[in-house]
Amino acid sequence: MENNKSGMTLFVKTSSRLVAVLGLIFGMHIILHGHLAPGGGFAGGVIIALSFVLLILAFGKDAALSKLSLKLASNLENVGALLFLIIGLLGFSGGAFFLNVLVKGSPFRLFSAGTIPLNNVVIGLKVGVGLFVIFLTLVILEKSKKEQ
Amino acid sequence: MELHILLIFMIFAAILAIEVKDLLSSVIAMAAVGFALCLAFLILKAPDLAITQLVVELLCLIILIKATIKKDLPLVIEGRWLFNTVSTLVFIIVFLFFSYIAMKELPVFGNPTMGLVRRYLLEEGVNKTGAVNIVSAVILDFRAYDTLGEVAVLFTSIIGIMAILRRKGRKEILEEDTNGK
Amino acid sequence: MSTYLLCLVLFCIGLYGLLRKRNLVKIIVGLAIMGYSVNLFFVLLGYRLHGRAPIDAPDQVIENMVDPLPQAVVLTSIVIGLGVMALLISLAIRIYEKHGTLDITKIRKLKG
Repeated sequence: MENNKSGMTLFVKTSSRLVAVLGLIFGMHIILHGHLAPGGGFAGGVIIALSFVLLILAFGKDAALSKLSLKLASNLENVGALLFLIIGLLGFSGGAFFLNVLVKGSPFRLFSAGTIPLNNVVIGLKVGVGLFVIFLTLVILEKSKKEQ
Repeated sequence: MELHILLIFMIFAAILAIEVKDLLSSVIAMAAVGFALCLAFLILKAPDLAITQLVVELLCLIILIKATIKKDLPLVIEGRWLFNTVSTLVFIIVFLFFSYIAMKELPVFGNPTMGLVRRYLLEEGVNKTGAVNIVSAVILDFRAYDTLGEVAVLFTSIIGIMAILRRKGRKEILEEDTNGK
Repeated sequence: MSTYLLCLVLFCIGLYGLLRKRNLVKIIVGLAIMGYSVNLFFVLLGYRLHGRAPIDAPDQVIENMVDPLPQAVVLTSIVIGLGVMALLISLAIRIYEKHGTLDITKIRKLKG
């Protein structure tokens, strides 16, 4: 962040630093309230990916990679896919694949609906990190082309 | 009525996106179609879809602009222009004719069939899953197989992108390793 | 009925771009427009006149809601569309690097 050469001007950097944090919090809110309000894992995951994309566009590739490297991102994506499968397999303890085995709770509360909030969190992790990996691969390709 | 206005706007923006010469203008006109689609989803009472379409369209626009920003569009008009256009138009007219025949079998706009499934999902959804948002209950509980398939497709597309866009082939990396040692 | 027809016209515009244009980016744009119109058609089939969004509110009776099933199917379709679009764009970038052009007739002649 101290390196002022890479990335855009000071105004863009200062404002995007604020907006990226707000976007991250908003994405988490959308994911966690997916079973109560419009939204859910897909939309929240894409919003989280967009906040990281904003960091890349404002600060350049290296500053964003120091927060979340490509290897860590792809590992997190694999973990998301595996966790979704494991939650599906948990349903076998009740007798069927993807059965809602946890306690339902009362509707209109944050902790209700059994496995659906867990599934939302896992899907949000998978989609967000996956789209971030796609964008990062495109950016790294552009950079390597310029160096040659 | 507002749905008709939005659809006509989408049609004009789509024609613009197909026919304009500049690639950047074409991509931005396509994004206009996507944002109008987001508004249409709001009118059709699908707020989940509207949020998802909005953010997906933004990410898609960023990726497309990064891909097309420095590519020029060579303007070439060769022979057989008439033949290609006429054959395409004939194909589209045949397609429209048959789809018009098929459209008479569809339910009238505003009165959906599939009443049994809809009543079951709407009445039993909250009791069976505990989730208030029924769309979320459908994608993560009733039809979670679909979501598993979607996860698999997204995973495959990421693997494909990383395979297509890698900087060096496996042979070159092997050669570099042996040379370095 | 007229909304269905307008939706089909949108599909045909995308089809025209897919079949007739020679630039790879234009082909991708046509494919995306076809995807939009198919998504819209699914949601139109499940719409109910003067309906409500399929989200329960406290102390409200369930009646006159729109169909939640097409919305759930389209929600996955939108994200898959983004993945497919990114794959196509990466292919187009690779082709532009290798051949220096996006025109499909020239690429066919090069036989690279």
